[in-house]
Amino acid sequence: MTDNRFFNRSELIGILVLAVFLVLVLPLTLDVFRLNLVAKYLTYAFVALGLVICWGYGGILSLGQGVFFGLGGYCMAMFLKLEASSVENTKIQSTPGIPDFMDWNQITALPLFWKPFHSLTLTIAAIILVPGIFALIIGTAMFKRRVGGTYFAIITQAVAAILTILIVGQQGYTGGINGMTDLRTLKGWDIRPDHAKIVLYFFEVGCLFVCIMIAQFVRHSKLGRILVAMREKEDRVRFSGYSVANFKIFAFCIAAVFAAIGGAMFALNVGFMSPSFVGIVPSIEMVIYTAVGGRLSILGAIYGTLLVNFAKTSLSETFPELWLFGLGGLFIAVVLAFPNGLAGIWGDYVQPRIDRLIASRKPKPEGWTDSSVADSAPAE
Amino acid sequence: MLVGHQPKEFLLAVEALTVSFDGFKAVNDLSFYVDENEIRVIIGPNGAGKTTVLDLICGKTKATSGSIQFRGKELTRMKENEIVKTGVGRKFQNPSIYDDLTVFENLEISYPRGRSVFGALTFTRDSAVRDRVHEVAEMIFLKDKLNKSADLLSHGQKQWLEIGMLLIQDPDLLMLDEPVAGMSVSERAKTAELLNRIIKNRSVLVIEHDMKFVEDIAHKVTVLHQGQILSEGTMEKVQNDPKVIEVYLGH
Repeated sequence: MTDNRFFNRSELIGILVLAVFLVLVLPLTLDVFRLNLVAKYLTYAFVALGLVICWGYGGILSLGQGVFFGLGGYCMAMFLKLEASSVENTKIQSTPGIPDFMDWNQITALPLFWKPFHSLTLTIAAIILVPGIFALIIGTAMFKRRVGGTYFAIITQAVAAILTILIVGQQGYTGGINGMTDLRTLKGWDIRPDHAKIVLYFFEVGCLFVCIMIAQFVRHSKLGRILVAMREKEDRVRFSGYSVANFKIFAFCIAAVFAAIGGAMFALNVGFMSPSFVGIVPSIEMVIYTAVGGRLSILGAIYGTLLVNFAKTSLSETFPELWLFGLGGLFIAVVLAFPNGLAGIWGDYVQPRIDRLIASRKPKPEGWTDSSVADSAPAE
Repeated sequence: MLVGHQPKEFLLAVEALTVSFDGFKAVNDLSFYVDENEIRVIIGPNGAGKTTVLDLICGKTKATSGSIQFRGKELTRMKENEIVKTGVGRKFQNPSIYDDLTVFENLEISYPRGRSVFGALTFTRDSAVRDRVHEVAEMIFLKDKLNKSADLLSHGQKQWLEIGMLLIQDPDLLMLDEPVAGMSVSERAKTAELLNRIIKNRSVLVIEHDMKFVEDIAHKVTVLHQGQILSEGTMEKVQNDPKVIEVYLGH
């Protein structure tokens, strides 16, 4: 058997299919503009992946993942913005060498918290650590006090609102409502031309697969089973000797870090970052992607993200007013009719047919016992 | 904290334990002692505070005052998972198992290793774990159901599974809240047999209403009424206590 700590045989097939789809099919069939759109959608897939662990497995609904997406995105954007704001590029400003929006807001020196973002190493560390530590603080404050369920969801919404207001209000330090635009180069390498977009797409897909592997590892470890157990019977887990709060904090932190990596990818692939990806609405949209794809399925959440975003782009071009109603309707429909999303439909209807098809072609091997018959034997 | 002469080390010493919910004293100045390897059954009418006593010992409810000493350690100040680590296991009234996991996984989670976040991430299902799970599954009559999803079990089997989850935890004090409630007659007999087998080398604190079952297993019985002890002693002594007959056994 190919079962190991990361995946079993059917999951391996699923991962390979996704890899072929993202690495071969899409780049060969789409033009650079469309491929770049896929790259943008995939940045949300990181968030959806985190939500599968945190919400699907751990039962912790966070309606504030935009916060971590934004933190990761802003960390990356700050590095790129600093590089784009070299003295040479900004010599027409009254203070050359600082980002343009600071100059417009009469700031004359680079603020202290911007300084580390001159270094790419520190920036990468910040992309992981800033959201990770922030999630650790929120998680510790909430879960140690046994705040959970709806209350937790509402608090994460509040955090999303607060961060948006903070970013918009502190225009001189953050670029305000416009965000950070005009990002140009990464260590001198121009990120704007078509070939750079293609390289960045493949880099992003690579990062996504690393995150998928981490998520698979967590899911297949005993920790993954404890998350499921906790979602069902929190007290039983507690009285089996586990600190429930610590496991919740872990799930929340890992979701935050995944979201932050997605945000950093967004800044790279899309070339700007703004508070409109931080607040309440984008945070809820991210939950919808996960719900549509299937909150218990790592791969389902990725397909769900791609599908909803494709629909969003094509429908919002045609029916800009109706799109939001469509999204809301989709969410309600999924929750009511298919609580496990697309992955649930696949698992319930499509997969069994494929299995039957394969089974009918293959002759029964020696010593073959039908485990499904043994399983359905009536309990004595 | 030792005051005066301590004649004997009890496994569990509950002293002057009181808990009040908005002024209502669910448990009122309660004291009792459990010996090593003793089976103690707590009986009493509804609302007597039986489940609350178990909640207090395992840390689910915080005491208003009083002390609970387990092997000399004060439990009232500890967190739930720390209390478990000192050797106290608790079974809930309704079978509290994980429906979405298999019987094997249910038992495995209770195996006392890898209880920290990092420990759970790196936990490996080695032969020690597998052997122990199989051993316990055999004891609780679920040997051939290990790969079955736990929600497919009957009510009685779920009760056994939870008892099994506690066994694998190997506590020194096992607390069971109505272990045979809702069971058929044959399941009851099997449960009594199971309990008699698993009590070796540990103490058991049981809440039960089924007097026949209590008679079968109890070494000593404590009768609670309105948060206080009404009577305590052997089954025979308690059954003949006029106070007990009046408030509980009489009707």
